[in-house]
Amino acid sequence: MAGDLKKVAYYPGCVLEGTGHAYNRSTKEVGKVLGLDLVEVKNWNCCGAMEVKNTDPKLQTYLSARNLSIAQGMGFDTVMAPCNGCYHNLKKAEYDLKNDPASVEMNERVSTKAGHPAYRAGKVETIHAIDWLKRAVGEEELARRVTNSLKGLKVANYYGCMYTRPRHIFPEKDKGPGSESTLRPHFMDDLLAAAGAENVEYPLKTACCGGAHALSDCDTSTTLVLNLLETAEACGAEVIATNCPTCHTGLEMHQVRADKVLGRKTRVRILYFTQLIGMALGLSARKVGVPENMSDPSDVLQAKGLG
Amino acid sequence: MTAAMPFPALLARLDRAPRADRPLAQADALLAEAETVLATWLRAHGKRPTRAAVEGFRLLALHRQGARGDPSFNACRETCRELVYLRNVVAQRRDDATEAGRVLRLQAMVLRHLALFVGGKLENARLGEFCCASRPLRAQETEGRPGAAGGQD
Repeated sequence: MAGDLKKVAYYPGCVLEGTGHAYNRSTKEVGKVLGLDLVEVKNWNCCGAMEVKNTDPKLQTYLSARNLSIAQGMGFDTVMAPCNGCYHNLKKAEYDLKNDPASVEMNERVSTKAGHPAYRAGKVETIHAIDWLKRAVGEEELARRVTNSLKGLKVANYYGCMYTRPRHIFPEKDKGPGSESTLRPHFMDDLLAAAGAENVEYPLKTACCGGAHALSDCDTSTTLVLNLLETAEACGAEVIATNCPTCHTGLEMHQVRADKVLGRKTRVRILYFTQLIGMALGLSARKVGVPENMSDPSDVLQAKGLG
Repeated sequence: MTAAMPFPALLARLDRAPRADRPLAQADALLAEAETVLATWLRAHGKRPTRAAVEGFRLLALHRQGARGDPSFNACRETCRELVYLRNVVAQRRDDATEAGRVLRLQAMVLRHLALFVGGKLENARLGEFCCASRPLRAQETEGRPGAAGGQD
C-alpha cells in the first residue's frame, strides 16, 4: 500500500520514551541524516501492550486502532513503529479489523463513545523501522552513504519473537525473494551488511528472550538471555544488534545478572541496529545514544574506529 | 539457581563438547533429546505425545501438538525448525569433521534454548517437579542470605 516512505507517521510507543530512549534518539538521527521525515502521531496512546491484551484483546485492538485512525487523519497511509511490541499490536489490530466482526463492532462502539472516527482496515500500513530503512533507502543507497564503515565488526542479528510472530498478521512476509522471512529474518542483516558489518550465522535470531518475565520471573529470563549471549559469542559475534527495546533492555540487564548470580560473564556488546547504522553514517556514539545504553560498548567501538 | 533449572541432566550433557566421531548420529541424538523436552511438556498437560511426523520429523509434529490451543507455545516453533535445519546441515557436511563439529555445537545451544524455554513455561504453569524446588532458592535471594548473590542485586 505504502508509496513514498520518505515521510511517514511515527509511532514511538511508551518504551521509546523510557528505557528505550536510545532507540528513539538513534532512529530519529538516522532518519535525519538520510533525509527521511518522521512525523509523530499526535496525541498517541499505548498500543495495548501485554496488560490490556491479557484483560481484553478487543480493547487492545481498539487502542491500537485509535493510533491508526489518528495517523490516517493526519494524512498518512503508513505508520512506522520501531518497537516490536507496538509493531506487532498495530499489525494485529489491522488483522482483527479485517477478519473479526466482533473487533470491528467494539472498535466502532468505543470510537464513537470517545468521539473520534473509527479506523477501518486497509487504510494505513504499519511498518517496522527495519522495513522503513530497507524500503525508503535500501541497501545500495545506504552503502553509498556510509562514511564510517562497520567493516570488521562481527554482528549477530537478534530479531526477537514479536517481529515475525504470529505469522498470519504479517501477510507481506514469506512471499519469496525480496520479502522478509518469518523463519530466518534477514532484513536487519541486509542493512547492517550494507553498512559494512560482518554478520555471523546466529541460530537464535527469533528465539525467546523471556522478556515478558524479565522482572516477575527473572531466573527464567536470565538463563534464556545467557544462552542467547553465549551462543552469539560461540558464533564469533562481538556485538548483538537489536530491533526491540524490550529485548534490548532484557539482554543488557540479564547480562549483568548472569554475571552476578551465575558467575557467567559474557563480553558480547548489545547495540540497537539504528545505533550501528547511525555510526556507519558518521554520527557520533553520543548522537545515537550509546552512553544511554546500560552496558558500555566503547572498547569494541573504539577498536573499530566507530563513534 | 542452577540446581532448580529444569532438565538438569540434559543441560549437563549439553555442556560437553561434541565427540569427533559419527556426527550425524550425534545430531539425531540431539533431535531425540528435543523430542523428549516437548514430550515432557505434553505429558505435563495430560496429553499423549504423538508418534507422527511433520515434514519427516517427529519434533515438528510434537511442536504442532503442543501449540494446539496454546499459541504462546509457537514462540519455540522456529527453535524447533532450526534444530531440524542444523541436523540436516550436519547430514550434508558429515565428512567435514571441523564443520560438522561446529554445527553440532550450534545445535546443542539451540537445544539448550528449547529446554530453557519449555522448562520456564512449565515452571510458570507450576508444572514439573522443579518448580517447587526453585522457590526456596528465590526466597534466599530476596532475603539476601549468605551465598545468595541475588540479594545484592
